[in-house]
Amino acid sequence: MTAVLKPRTKRQAKEAAGPYGKVGDAVAELDERLGIAKGGRTFLDKIFPDHWSFMLGEIALYSFVILLITGIFLTLYFVPSQGLVKVPMNFPYKPLRGDTVSQAFMSTINMSFNVRCGLLMRQMHHWACDIFVGSIVVHMARVFFTGAFRKPRETNWLVGTTLLILAIANGFLGYSLPDDLVSGTGIRIADSIMLSVPVVGSYLSYFVFGGNFPGQVVIARFFVIHVLLVPLIILGLVGAHLALLVRQKHTQFPGKGRTERNVVGSPMFPVFIFKTQGFLFMTFGVTALLGAFAQINPIWQFGQYIPSNISYAVQPDWYMGFLDGLLRIFPAWQWNAWGHTIPFEVTFPAVIFPGIVFNIAMAWPILERKFFGGDNEIHHLLDRPRDVPKRTAFGVAFFALLATLFVASSTDVLANYFHVSLNTVLWTMRVLTIVIPLVAYPVTYKICLELQGGGTAMGKRKRPNDVVRTAEGEYVATQAPVRPGDAHHELDATPVPTFIAAAAVLSEGEAMAETSDESNGARVVDR
Amino acid sequence: MSENVNDHGAADITTVSADAPQMQPLAKNPKGVEKAISALLLIGIAAFVGFGVCYWQNAAYWTYGALLGLGLLAMGAAFIAWGKYLLPRGPFVEERHVLASTETERSAFAAALMERGAGEIKRRKVLGTLLGGSLGVFSIVALFPLVRSLGPLPGDKLAVTDWKKGQRLVDINGNPVNITDMAVGGVLTVYPHGLENTDDGQAIDQTILIRVQNEPFTTMKGRESWTPSGYVAYSKLCTHLGCPVGLYEQQLELLVCPCHQSMFNVRNGALPQFGPAPRPLPQLPLAVDSEGFLIAAGGYNQPVGPGYWERP
Repeated sequence: MTAVLKPRTKRQAKEAAGPYGKVGDAVAELDERLGIAKGGRTFLDKIFPDHWSFMLGEIALYSFVILLITGIFLTLYFVPSQGLVKVPMNFPYKPLRGDTVSQAFMSTINMSFNVRCGLLMRQMHHWACDIFVGSIVVHMARVFFTGAFRKPRETNWLVGTTLLILAIANGFLGYSLPDDLVSGTGIRIADSIMLSVPVVGSYLSYFVFGGNFPGQVVIARFFVIHVLLVPLIILGLVGAHLALLVRQKHTQFPGKGRTERNVVGSPMFPVFIFKTQGFLFMTFGVTALLGAFAQINPIWQFGQYIPSNISYAVQPDWYMGFLDGLLRIFPAWQWNAWGHTIPFEVTFPAVIFPGIVFNIAMAWPILERKFFGGDNEIHHLLDRPRDVPKRTAFGVAFFALLATLFVASSTDVLANYFHVSLNTVLWTMRVLTIVIPLVAYPVTYKICLELQGGGTAMGKRKRPNDVVRTAEGEYVATQAPVRPGDAHHELDATPVPTFIAAAAVLSEGEAMAETSDESNGARVVDR
Repeated sequence: MSENVNDHGAADITTVSADAPQMQPLAKNPKGVEKAISALLLIGIAAFVGFGVCYWQNAAYWTYGALLGLGLLAMGAAFIAWGKYLLPRGPFVEERHVLASTETERSAFAAALMERGAGEIKRRKVLGTLLGGSLGVFSIVALFPLVRSLGPLPGDKLAVTDWKKGQRLVDINGNPVNITDMAVGGVLTVYPHGLENTDDGQAIDQTILIRVQNEPFTTMKGRESWTPSGYVAYSKLCTHLGCPVGLYEQQLELLVCPCHQSMFNVRNGALPQFGPAPRPLPQLPLAVDSEGFLIAAGGYNQPVGPGYWERP
């Protein structure tokens, strides 16, 4: 390290950079000041394991990038005010002409009709949000079922769960901003949920709305929280999420040459960069197509929020569905005693239940260790879900519960669609909510055990079983031999080359590598 | 691997022959893949140009949205194909470094924390207590501006509405309702006169007026005179989550909340018939003034809307 402290002339630096021209020069200049060469190369050589399921988190990351870009665009046109204006008589959408609406609503329809690209950006923003939350959930499921949350990655699991909660919260806040009839009703329901919190509920509601619902401040407050506060926290936590990933390195599935002590896959530069960059554009592209062709939240059809108006057959964004479902099917239990009311029919479904769900999610690494036979060892190799039947069964039952509640959020639509009474749908959903998770657990557990008996190879090709009858009359399934041409050839993993040498100079290169001095940990290549 | 690697994880200098199988592309026919990628990139360029033109010409939003999406997908596919088929196929490997430090390092760190920090506070008990006290007081008073400034205290305001005895019922345009205005089966949302366009009038006082029949009827004991000429009025705020109970099922004489399908029977005091609503809708006593317009014969006798802690 001491050698680089000597000042160099530009020419000397150029000579030191050798055959790599301007890039070599820039590296030399930067390295003299910041010492980037060794760490920089280690970073470029960083290995990312290849598996399709590892890209789910990337979808979340890239949809967040889309949210930031389209969101900044939207802030340039949105007016977060509940002050009233009249829709001009030359407004392109005729039914709204002359209506008195809030500036929040006016600016949203204005950017949808009069700002070029505005509607596309709005729809892309909304779709990106739905994709963001969705990809987080699916990514989380992948991490859960493969056991990637185990020691040493519990912290990152916590960070990830927090990100999910923030994403859902910010989705709701953003959805509330246009001040349209549907979102206004959503805010009203949120207010009632706040009121249902024992002891502090009415204070909570009054502090959020600055007095009685709806008041004049809620859109402005939600706006600042939506565009500044929560995105900043999300950005910080995404940074922490990725930093922990780099520090602890990615997990990998077991396979040829893969151990707890190594990582096998593609190097960061250029293979991973190329693939992930392509994936970024693909995510952008899909969102753009959705924004172009799939209408979402056409608020001009709903109209301005008027507290005494209401629409019919309206559901919240998908990630709020499970809460809405439980609110619908929960019994009307409200208790009243000593001059106080506990609206348990709201407190449980909308406050306690999500609290339980997210607490179980956050505490899962500990719960598994305590109650589901988990250990306290360091794990870098992933589980196949079938090999950990208890965890897999619990996860399936958990998701089945949430999925059933999600379906329950459309009781009225289901009743209409199937021409059955609302009462039938209600009781069906009540029974299913309890029965489906209870059935899902043992069924999944059994399926896991059965699958364990099947093929154990982690190769990409499936192999059929030969069923053979033994002399004792027992039937035994054994894996058929690999058919010609079906074998999955995986090469031995090699370290990322520092220098790519032609075969002729390879022996010289090996000699060079051997001269590196490792005695004090700092390697100095003698050239 | 050596154990004393630094944070960056120092990598060894390695050299691999360009002929090594791992350094070859996955594609059996790289020239063909190159052609496919060029085609994708050309599609991308064409789509982006199309996006620009459509934007410039102010075409329908879905045209440039579609071209933007197409261009991005083509570019993304080109990148992925390049990375997957033309770059060295690998696999490559790197060592995982043990993150944990040695036992000595750990005790040295713990010792530094305890002996220099916590130990110091323990030694000077009075100072330590005062320090804790000042931090505690600071955190409490910091909440005053951060929380208390956000809004007024609710007091008993959640329990009251603006309805008073003798107040006329008006529709959203401020028109009073004459006893002859509505047919049997008709519904109308009404507000206290003068408050039809205010936040509170809209959000809290909103009341649904229904003409159930032509003659007065009794919804509940003690409410015999509340339904002149068969008109009945209930708070429009659902007792479940405060949505406006905006649907009237005329045949069954049920008020239905579209949010979570609570149903209230208008003949027997809006008792919940179905759904998650726990309480009946409060009923507004009605009367008729000298000019034949409907008025409130009093305010609501209980808080309207969803339940909350202070609700008696």
